[in-house]
Amino acid sequence: MTKNKLNRRNFLKASAVVGGGIMLEFNLASMTHAEELGTLVGSKELNVFVQIASDGKITIYSATPEMGQGVKTTLPMIIAEEMGAKWADVEVIDAPLDAGKFGMQGAGGSTSIPRNFDTMRKMGASAREMLIGAASESMEVERKDLEAKDSTVIHISGESLTFGQLAALAVKQPVPDPEMLSFKDPRSYTIIGTTVGGVDNLVIATGQSQFGIDVDVPGMQYASYTRCPRIGGTAISFNEAEIVKLPGVSQAFILAPDESAGIASMSFLEGLAALRGGVAIVGDDTWSVMNAKSKLKVRWNESAASHDDWEQMVLQAQQIADKGDGEVTLDGANVDQAMANSNHKTLESFYQFPYVAHVCMEPMNCTVHYKKGSGRQPDTMELWIPSQFPGQVKEIAENMLGVKKENVKVNPTRMGGGFGRRAVHDFASEAMAISYRAGVPVKLTWTRTDDIHNDFFRVGGFQNMKAAIDDNGKLAAWNQHYIGFAKEGKPVIGSGLRGNEFSMVALDNARVSQTMMPVQTPCGAWRAPGSNTNAFVEQSFLHELSVLAGRDHVDFLLELMGSRRWIKEGNVNALNTGRAIDVIKRAAEESGWGRPMPKGTGLGFAFYFCHAAHVAEVAEVSVDENRNLKVHKVTVAVDVGPIINMSGATSQVQGSVIDGLSTMAMQQITMQDGIIQQDNFDTYPVMRIAATPEVNVHFIQSDNRPTGLGEPALPPLAPAVTNAIFAATGTRVRSMPLSEQGFTLV
Amino acid sequence: MGKFELVVNTEKQIVEATPDTPLLWVLRDKLKLTGTKYGCGIAQCGACTVHVDGVPMRSCMLPISAVSGSVTTIEGLADGGNLHPLQTAWIDHDVPQCGYCQSGQIMSAAALLANNSTPTDIDIDEALAGNYCRCGTYIRIRAAVHSAATYYRADEQTEPHTTDINNGGAS
Repeated sequence: MTKNKLNRRNFLKASAVVGGGIMLEFNLASMTHAEELGTLVGSKELNVFVQIASDGKITIYSATPEMGQGVKTTLPMIIAEEMGAKWADVEVIDAPLDAGKFGMQGAGGSTSIPRNFDTMRKMGASAREMLIGAASESMEVERKDLEAKDSTVIHISGESLTFGQLAALAVKQPVPDPEMLSFKDPRSYTIIGTTVGGVDNLVIATGQSQFGIDVDVPGMQYASYTRCPRIGGTAISFNEAEIVKLPGVSQAFILAPDESAGIASMSFLEGLAALRGGVAIVGDDTWSVMNAKSKLKVRWNESAASHDDWEQMVLQAQQIADKGDGEVTLDGANVDQAMANSNHKTLESFYQFPYVAHVCMEPMNCTVHYKKGSGRQPDTMELWIPSQFPGQVKEIAENMLGVKKENVKVNPTRMGGGFGRRAVHDFASEAMAISYRAGVPVKLTWTRTDDIHNDFFRVGGFQNMKAAIDDNGKLAAWNQHYIGFAKEGKPVIGSGLRGNEFSMVALDNARVSQTMMPVQTPCGAWRAPGSNTNAFVEQSFLHELSVLAGRDHVDFLLELMGSRRWIKEGNVNALNTGRAIDVIKRAAEESGWGRPMPKGTGLGFAFYFCHAAHVAEVAEVSVDENRNLKVHKVTVAVDVGPIINMSGATSQVQGSVIDGLSTMAMQQITMQDGIIQQDNFDTYPVMRIAATPEVNVHFIQSDNRPTGLGEPALPPLAPAVTNAIFAATGTRVRSMPLSEQGFTLV
Repeated sequence: MGKFELVVNTEKQIVEATPDTPLLWVLRDKLKLTGTKYGCGIAQCGACTVHVDGVPMRSCMLPISAVSGSVTTIEGLADGGNLHPLQTAWIDHDVPQCGYCQSGQIMSAAALLANNSTPTDIDIDEALAGNYCRCGTYIRIRAAVHSAATYYRADEQTEPHTTDINNGGAS
């Protein structure tokens, strides 16, 4: 990670724009360090533009990729607030990808708010100070008697000038020192903390929004790509003569990562952008190339292909668990002693969770125009891509095809979902290679089957849990054996336990060990990586222990939290037991925890901490004799500090709950001898509207720094539901998805 | 290849395509109406929903040769400059997250409201059963359809929509 030194003289540049307005160009170093916040962080400097036109219209650039998490609305709200702008005067437009001006333009790990909050405030405050300076000069009054609000600078006498009237003069004001800026008292906020609709809602509701899949470039051809069903295989030959004769097909060819056609093998980025061998078909429209794809007959070289097999993995994991602990990564003092104490009750449980796919509603796609240089003209490339980290594709172009980064123009588009899938760029590598070979601009669109078969999956895994309860019903020892997956000796993303997991930071007498099995199937970040499965295991097991101890689950959790404190002193991104206690109590209170429940119904509780967020959830379910499961209501208490946009934040929490429910209820990817067994939504379903529970969201707006909400409300959902199933039926679910255990979500 | 005449959003169009080309790809690639989305190609997700003579259809499995009626897409749902009540309600309730499935959701809901201006939750669940939302905006979809129904009933003066955030209110 590069840290650019802040150069105060370059901090802010102001210039006039056509029509007499002002354009402020800010140049700020990022103020936060986000290492603790997630796995997909790479913060560098950040610049943003704010423009004020003489007619009073305020334009704010949005530089962070939008995938449904709402940043295109939320981040500009922060700037507008500090400026004293009226939200109705603001128009938000997409910033182009330009690392020189905007720094790292990426989205992942629920970091957009914590990474940008201070920067956005400084931008807004700088603009405000320059507008006040202009008003002071114009009215010939003292700055201290002026206030910016509702897009107007008002003097205590009542005299006022609008931002539009001040724009031309504001441009000539000295640039404020960023360290001297002060921020508004949160009690005077008029935009932050309110309910604001997404800035793109109108274009979405009228079908005008442009996603990557909607891109249309002059002279563009359409492409499909077919990879070996057994992951890692490469194409030897195919029925080319037959394919190229099909209507609408112009060319078809094999791509191999190591072929001599100038396409270099790519091992950088740990294979996350690697080109998989296969057959490209190029033609006049999407249907022609998809239709031709269905008629392909390919001979594959499978000598290096995957033989991963989920059933074998399950058997192997059970054998590993039976042998005892794995490689110890954290060891408490008296674990064995406490487990062996005959006065203690002990429990051992084996948990299992499957591989799952991202299935973003917009299948992977990328449009590329590669232009071969001639004479002194270098090779150039232009791309249109829905990506969480669009800047990274420049590196792919340079590494794979030798197009210099400075000659690659990237146009980021809105994403039809991300969830971590669009943090990797294998589909961009394919589109680049196809445009390079075909010699025309191409739009590559994956079929849904391509999307499921070639995902970077949420890794499956197993955990063997052991614990002891002392004669006071307190947790005396905790022994957690993670049986996961590794590539070349390194655990894949989301496999294994991180040091900031709840179990390790909140429990004494804890041992954590791991055993990693090799895997060839690609794995990647999937909404709250690691946390989304660890929460299921740990928070289900804690419930099992509270039952063993004969204790109320909420009391048991509160006792574990102990006194109110930061678990890692001085680290505001760590677990704070006080914040945990508050959300646990709030969720219990709001859900009516402890009330008598009719037969066949139950309440289940879960708490989880990740992405600097403290979240507690209570699920209310009923289960009939045929294991039809109805989740009636989910009550959520969240502390992510102050909320910027109540509407967006609520929507993220409700969406996370529904996503979590959909995944735990019915989703599972299985491999059989290297081949993914699910093909489309008929075999890999998504929850439908009728199963939607009521989701009541309660924010505890603690006086902490605001942090992100794209992920942390998802992990507690699964254990809240399995704990509720236990309360309703006495059946303990230790393996996902629920459909494999005979439950049907209704 | 054949020539097909069809009416899309009240305009007559003549397109050249193979007879098996699904209406979806005619709309998107030939007529450049990209508001209708591709999601699965097997009529499971509903992202491609359009109306044919007012009936909601999955355009990803409807061959162009089988289209005889008048097609309405999301781009043709508004009445000139006036948004369809559902489009207004979608904005009022801040329904979209990623937004990709929303055209299909709105088209399915529009077909419901055309025949039932007082839908219950069950009516909505049935009419929208074919439409996936991977982001999980179902709660706000339901609320927005209810609001749109009140806007739709032209004879009734109604109160402004709810601002209860848990029921999906936003303005």
